[in-house]
Amino acid sequence: MTAAELIAMAAFKSNVYSQAFPAFGVERRGAPVQAFVRFDDRKIRLRSQIYEPDYIIVQDITLLKDVNVFAGLKEGGIAVINTEKDVENVPAGVKILKINATKIALEVLGLPIENTTLMGAFAAATGEISLDALKASLNERFAGPLAEKNIRAAETAYNIVKGEM
Amino acid sequence: MLQITEGSHAVAEAVKLCRPQVVSAYPITPQTHIVERLAEMVADGDLNGEYICVESEFSALSSCVGASAAGSRVYSATTSQGLAFMAEVVFNAAGMRLPIVMTIANRALGAPLNIWNDQQDSIFLRDSGWMQIYGEDAQEAMDLHFIAYKLAERHDVLLPCFVCLDGFIVSHTFEPVDIPSQKEIDEFLPAFNPLHRLDAKNPMSFGMYATPDCYQEFRYEINAAMTRAKAAYCEIAAEFKAKFGRDYTGLVEGYRLEDAETAIVAMGSICGTAKDAIDEMRDAGEKVGLLKIRSFRPFPSEEVRTALKGVKNIAVIEKNISIGSRMLGAVGLEVKDAVYKDSPNIFSYVGGLGGRDIRKRDIKQIVQWAKEGRNDCFFGLREELLK
Repeated sequence: MTAAELIAMAAFKSNVYSQAFPAFGVERRGAPVQAFVRFDDRKIRLRSQIYEPDYIIVQDITLLKDVNVFAGLKEGGIAVINTEKDVENVPAGVKILKINATKIALEVLGLPIENTTLMGAFAAATGEISLDALKASLNERFAGPLAEKNIRAAETAYNIVKGEM
Repeated sequence: MLQITEGSHAVAEAVKLCRPQVVSAYPITPQTHIVERLAEMVADGDLNGEYICVESEFSALSSCVGASAAGSRVYSATTSQGLAFMAEVVFNAAGMRLPIVMTIANRALGAPLNIWNDQQDSIFLRDSGWMQIYGEDAQEAMDLHFIAYKLAERHDVLLPCFVCLDGFIVSHTFEPVDIPSQKEIDEFLPAFNPLHRLDAKNPMSFGMYATPDCYQEFRYEINAAMTRAKAAYCEIAAEFKAKFGRDYTGLVEGYRLEDAETAIVAMGSICGTAKDAIDEMRDAGEKVGLLKIRSFRPFPSEEVRTALKGVKNIAVIEKNISIGSRMLGAVGLEVKDAVYKDSPNIFSYVGGLGGRDIRKRDIKQIVQWAKEGRNDCFFGLREELLK
């Protein structure tokens, strides 16, 4: 949910309306959860979950065994996946963007919390949010050294993805 | 200026701006983020009031009753089982005519246990004497708190008020809201001026024993106050609009109802999804609109009738079930009562219970059903789970 909030915040800072919400499940860190983000040029009224995303972010590769994370992903959609391994059963027309976000998070933050790293990768892969807006939202969310570290994690992933594109 | 925040935090900000002197609440999902934030505000000195940590919802509202009777502006928030647990006090607060404002982060009632959204909890206290107003999104949920205090505390009303927002769907969603300044709210909402209060120098009692020779008059008076609350709400909402520009002036609100042959009637966050579905149906040439019920208590029967004049088919979306009622839903019964002289086709469609997602396609299906005259029923049922 944190990643969804931060993406919505960064999008809002890029002057679009945004909305982020969890799939309201188990309220503890580490449990499998879904969270959704919408952007629009006008006020967002729609409240249902997202069934046909333009993008997906997969934080934990082990979920791929149990859940069809690609369900509904639009043709031409982008999946940002936290892995270095090969991803199987990718539907035609879907672009996979692999990044070892856990490794970057461990190196930069010292913790396997990949939200901000994956945000950086998402920003670079999709162009939906700018690096500046992302940094601004991290500065708002975190204070002092924690903000700096998270910005570094996001920027590292951003640059890796940009370099590969 | 718009800022992005969680619905619960927007509500907490609104409550802070109303300067409650006593906040008493027991945390329960999905209300928790509201009261956690308020507790922080009190601890940090940002909210100059007393936060009473109680051991239950029963005590939460009981302490609000005491503090309100002593002349304080008070606040609580709860949902579902918590509201059920405080039900006795809910009736007492209304009977004592205490202008308490309480947020309900709407959630299903057990059993089976379910933490997700529907509106069964506030609906089941329909007859308690509390006003009930429903916000569609974080902005409206927030703004209705300012209106609620002013309305509840008016001397010709003096009734407590639920401000309802859909649990998780609004309470846990991050979205842009415009948060007023303290100065603006101070101008709009003056300090509570109680008509009666507990005062050792001028002793009086609240909620005393009433024998058969006077009890009924108390019930008459509370109902008369609820009736007066309609006009009072409209005046206050008009004042709010003049000051803040946001329009909640109607107890109901129509959307694309002009020339509509079929109307959806709904309360709360589903109105947003319905508006998007209606735009798509209108684009396809269907004459369809929405009537949003903002106030369920008092129920604006005349306004509903006027708004739905000329509509042939009415589909009421019910996030509640009045078990054993032929019409299934509590909102549909009220709407049917309001419009029966105009004889439209009117149906209750129950769905979204216990957090089941309602999509645009569900709304479109309901519209189709109403046009076909399909009787009151559930939508989105998983037939394979039924015996």
